[in-house]
Amino acid sequence: MQNQDVTRLDAVATNSAASRQPLYARRKKIFPKRASGSFRQFKWIVMAITLGIYYFVPWIRWDRGPFAPDQAVLIDLSSRRFYFFFIEIWPQEFIYVAGLLVMAGIGLFLLTSTVGRAWCGYACPQTVWVDLFLVIERYFEGDRNARMKLDAAPWSFTKLRIRVIKHATWLVVAVLTGGAWIFYFADAPTLARDFLTGNAVPTAYATVAILTATTYVFGGLMREQVCTYMCPWPRIQAAMLDETSLTVTYNDWRGEPRSRHAKRAAASGASVGDCVDCNACVAVCPMGIDIRDGQQLECITCALCIDACDDVMGRLGKERGLISYSTLNEYNANMDIATRSGTCGVTPELVRSPDGTFSDKLAHFHIGKLLRLRTFIYFGAWSAVGVSIAFALATRDRLELNVLHDRNPQFVQLSDGAIRNGYTVKLLNMVPQPRTVVLKLDEDFSGASMTVAGAGATNVLETEVTLEPDRLKTIRVFVRADPKDLPGGANAFEFVVTDPSTGERAEYTATFNSPEKPQ
Amino acid sequence: MSDKHVDEISGVPTTGHEWDGIRELDNPMPRWWVWTFYTTIVWALLYAVAYPAWPLLTGSTEGLLGYSSRSEVRSDLAAADNAKSGYMTAIKEKSIDDIIADEDLRTVAVAAGGAAFKMNCVQCHGSGAEGSKGFPNLNDDDWLWGGSADQIQQTVAHGIRFTKDGETRDSIMPPFADVLDGDQISQVSTFVASLSAPVHNASLVEPGKTVFAENCAACHGDNAKGNKEMGAPDLTDAIWLYGSGEDAIAAQVRAPRVGVMPAWDARLGETAVKELAAFVHSLGGGEK
Repeated sequence: MQNQDVTRLDAVATNSAASRQPLYARRKKIFPKRASGSFRQFKWIVMAITLGIYYFVPWIRWDRGPFAPDQAVLIDLSSRRFYFFFIEIWPQEFIYVAGLLVMAGIGLFLLTSTVGRAWCGYACPQTVWVDLFLVIERYFEGDRNARMKLDAAPWSFTKLRIRVIKHATWLVVAVLTGGAWIFYFADAPTLARDFLTGNAVPTAYATVAILTATTYVFGGLMREQVCTYMCPWPRIQAAMLDETSLTVTYNDWRGEPRSRHAKRAAASGASVGDCVDCNACVAVCPMGIDIRDGQQLECITCALCIDACDDVMGRLGKERGLISYSTLNEYNANMDIATRSGTCGVTPELVRSPDGTFSDKLAHFHIGKLLRLRTFIYFGAWSAVGVSIAFALATRDRLELNVLHDRNPQFVQLSDGAIRNGYTVKLLNMVPQPRTVVLKLDEDFSGASMTVAGAGATNVLETEVTLEPDRLKTIRVFVRADPKDLPGGANAFEFVVTDPSTGERAEYTATFNSPEKPQ
Repeated sequence: MSDKHVDEISGVPTTGHEWDGIRELDNPMPRWWVWTFYTTIVWALLYAVAYPAWPLLTGSTEGLLGYSSRSEVRSDLAAADNAKSGYMTAIKEKSIDDIIADEDLRTVAVAAGGAAFKMNCVQCHGSGAEGSKGFPNLNDDDWLWGGSADQIQQTVAHGIRFTKDGETRDSIMPPFADVLDGDQISQVSTFVASLSAPVHNASLVEPGKTVFAENCAACHGDNAKGNKEMGAPDLTDAIWLYGSGEDAIAAQVRAPRVGVMPAWDARLGETAVKELAAFVHSLGGGEK
């Protein structure tokens, strides 16, 4: 036909077969170099604190008297109690734990919107254990270059010995990690003895085995792959960042154009940035990325590249902070200066005065920038939940009362014409001390009296009940009333339980059923 | 056979079939899959030998391990029986009063009795033991044959007017239709009704009292309070097995209806009877 005239367009499908990449990518081994500096120091401290909390908390004792365990933090699944120092939580009070989880969630929003992925970089168990495993690896195999050499070397007795010792040490750490976990669920000294003598429950061994395997695999073998491929947080946290959040940033505006031969370049009259392309930032990165490529999903903001770069800058006699914690706003403002709003490439002369100091037009981060509506809202919500939990916890009842009316029969007529209703009364003594409480009918229910099954109290208005420590007591109570005193049908009244020694009081509105009276 | 064909892009041989230019790559199966497959075959063979598997005419092969789900149930039941055997022995050996005095034993006996009640008693007495016309409510405090625990046990064990049991509780109220005339029946019915409620015709009360003293007091007592020895009901209270009011009483005087309760000793055994008695006693009307 006429297709001779058709113009050929220069269009290529984005997923054309020629350029398609396979979905599977082989892992490239990472050999993070040891960094030193203030952030590395801070990470050591965080590691010591978090691991310390994890390993030692179950061993803290807390005296609760003879009727409750003396472990400060204990999740007692078999008797369904959770102990946290002076707080004891029953299953129906799990709302407090839910509140803590809400706080943790909002707290993470708050943290991320201000200091970026600080959780990932410093406090996440994956990060902490990978750090620990790297310490072990470095101890046995040496730093980056030695490890790379060992890895590339053919198998020999020495290599085998080093590798076996390394993996064995990792496994010991993994076993200790899994082992520490179970102590939160039972009396730690007893369980430790039972565990070592083979007398602990199978669940304990299974839990330790599973956690040993996950710690060893995640911390030793998979490392950065867990963050990159398995963890949802990088995706979620990235969505919470905005242009006023602090992130680890390579400041191109002073680094570019980078040059390995800065002096030679400068001598020949070319303008060069501060980056000497030494790759120290890449070598220390536990994720194996190059921060100079900009913000990346893989970056956990551990700031080790800041330490590495600051060290190099210091040795070259330049200002530290070529890689720094910075917000997108400052970065963009400074890039505008360095590129004349994008009209030219990064030009070092634009950010520096002739005497070599930085231009005073440059934007700098200051702490006040973190105070903005978004962070105030997060902080407000976070503290509102916290204050509510604290208030609820401080004012919660430790004596409770639940009443179930008999389903069948609804009421019973007695030989003297009185009406009797049966109830199952549950008294909750939520403190680890035995106590004697008084159960009574409210005064407004005139003419009524109650009988406690099996206890001997017959037709009384109030009766004492002895409660075991930290237990629920179920009693059967029969209440009788004269129909002449009642309007007929269902009548609401209150069961009241009081502890005379503490003044605690709980009420339950129950129903007393009686025959309908003809109108 | 078709020619060996190798796919140009992947370099993998195809199966040799072609459908409109579409060919199927003949990749080898993943090794882990193949080994899993072989393992399942081995597993299936071992399983078929170790466990009941092959159908025979009247059953199946038994398997080397001798496993059967039926014997598993049997051993589970035995374990459950064993777990509660301490309580069961105690209930069997102790008297009903001792059982009720012991809080633990009472709890177990009441629970067991409640279960037995739902199997054997609810058909007449109702699921809440609330009874109905002619079938006594076991929750209240009015007892024809006595409401103490051992009296209840006696009633459950041997029944009422149950002729197959020699020790059954037995009594019969004679029909008074032939003994008293119509006026006397109205008089005595009105008198009995007046003992617990206001009546329509108060003038019949006095003559009725005389009729009662001459004909009824022998069993129901001079004060009409009844006699539990012979199951004669208390006529002064608010509880009426066959209905309250003059008419219902008159009908009962003329031609009394009585109920029959079977004896449970022979059918359930002494322990279950004790448990039932403990349960009925716990319903709220039990006497000391």
